[in-house]
Amino acid sequence: MCLAIPGKVVRIYQEAGVSMGEVDYEGAVSRVCLEYVPEIRLGQYTVVHAGFALSILDEEEAQKTLELWRELLDKVEEIRPR
Amino acid sequence: MTRYVSEFRDPAIARRLCAEIKFLVTAPWVIMEVCGGQTHAIVRSGIDQALPPQVRLVHGPGCPVCVTPIEVIDQAIAIARRPETILCSFGDMLRVPGSHQDLITARAQGGDLRIVYSPLEALQIARENPGQQVVFLAIGFETTAPGNAMAVSLAAREGLDNFSLLVCHVLVPPAMRALLGAPDNRVQGYLAAGHVCTVTGLADYEAISRDYRVPIVVTGLEPNDILEGLVMVLRQLEAGEHRVENQYQRSVRPAGNPLAWGMVEKVFAVRDQKWRGIGLLPASGLGLREEFAAFDAARKFEVAAITPEESPLCISGLVLQGIKRPDECPAFGAGCRPEHPLGATMVSSEGACAAYFHYQRL
Ligand code: SF4
Repeated sequence: MCLAIPGKVVRIYQEAGVSMGEVDYEGAVSRVCLEYVPEIRLGQYTVVHAGFALSILDEEEAQKTLELWRELLDKVEEIRPR
Repeated sequence: MTRYVSEFRDPAIARRLCAEIKFLVTAPWVIMEVCGGQTHAIVRSGIDQALPPQVRLVHGPGCPVCVTPIEVIDQAIAIARRPETILCSFGDMLRVPGSHQDLITARAQGGDLRIVYSPLEALQIARENPGQQVVFLAIGFETTAPGNAMAVSLAAREGLDNFSLLVCHVLVPPAMRALLGAPDNRVQGYLAAGHVCTVTGLADYEAISRDYRVPIVVTGLEPNDILEGLVMVLRQLEAGEHRVENQYQRSVRPAGNPLAWGMVEKVFAVRDQKWRGIGLLPASGLGLREEFAAFDAARKFEVAAITPEESPLCISGLVLQGIKRPDECPAFGAGCRPEHPLGATMVSSEGACAAYFHYQRL
């Protein structure tokens, strides 16, 4: 129920007055309620718990994290005094 | 592998972050990861074994299946056995031991039990079966509460009178406070659960960090997220500082998801809640508000008076509080295995005992 990995929104539609979507996890597609992320667009990634999308993953923030790690990797030879 | 996953599992980065941890640690520290998803990532990727010996990770209570009280399982079984009911549940709950049996046995004996992935599926079953009472076993932390709140709100809007929830919702911050306040507490820093904070935001965590002078880093669920979260906690500990930091910026905004939490607050009110293995914690759960009492299965079916019986061998309460590791339980791997579990922590996909078993910490 909680081991959520991010999935990509591949379809957005309305069903009985509720905003729904399809989220793709490497080919496994599941139906997800999008009511809590009304501004989500096709192609964006979301964290889903128990059939509900809870956040839109922020591409810029993700890149910042990865960039920081790459910089760390470049510093690998550096030896700092204790 | 999917975007947002493989990039956060790069082994070269993981080794670099481990080196950073070794470099900055000068004293022994005990850090708890709160979320069961993080526990699994840690054990699966071997993070706990790659850390320097001064850094001890203890596993927290963040497994919703594990902390659901045994009497709720017993109540769910009692409801599932009634001829007029359909009990809907997440699949993780089926093999959790109740006092005398589990839900899957109740189904084999004729109970109508259906596995759903979303409370909206249970709602749909109620719409399609107007002659039956459909009960959804609504368990979980702040991550599942928004969906369950939505299901109740929709049922109320449609005037469905054959849909209800057997509610056992738990809240993370009160448990974090209880652990820090215990006389034998050893936890000096927290990795907080990224997905819970995605929903609720950071305000409660700021208060905990202030009150107990403890560093808290809100952390994602991929291995390198966890390692970076550890670097951030350890930097604070080594510098004698305590504040809330957000490692999981790509998902967690400081205010959380106000739409989702707003719906939770509309439908549910905070109440005292019992946690399996831990006991009653004040203001640590959610119950349906009075105006939604018609959707409360516990009132509808009067299932309150059940005397639960735990296995006397199981020490999962100590495991859930980070006091014992699963492999320190005498029953681990012997009397207790996933196919014959004595406690919920051996069943759930987020349980610490299951993590140790599946990744061969025998
Ligand atoms: S190994 Fe089994 S008996 Fe021991 S604490 Fe874990 S679930 Fe309980």
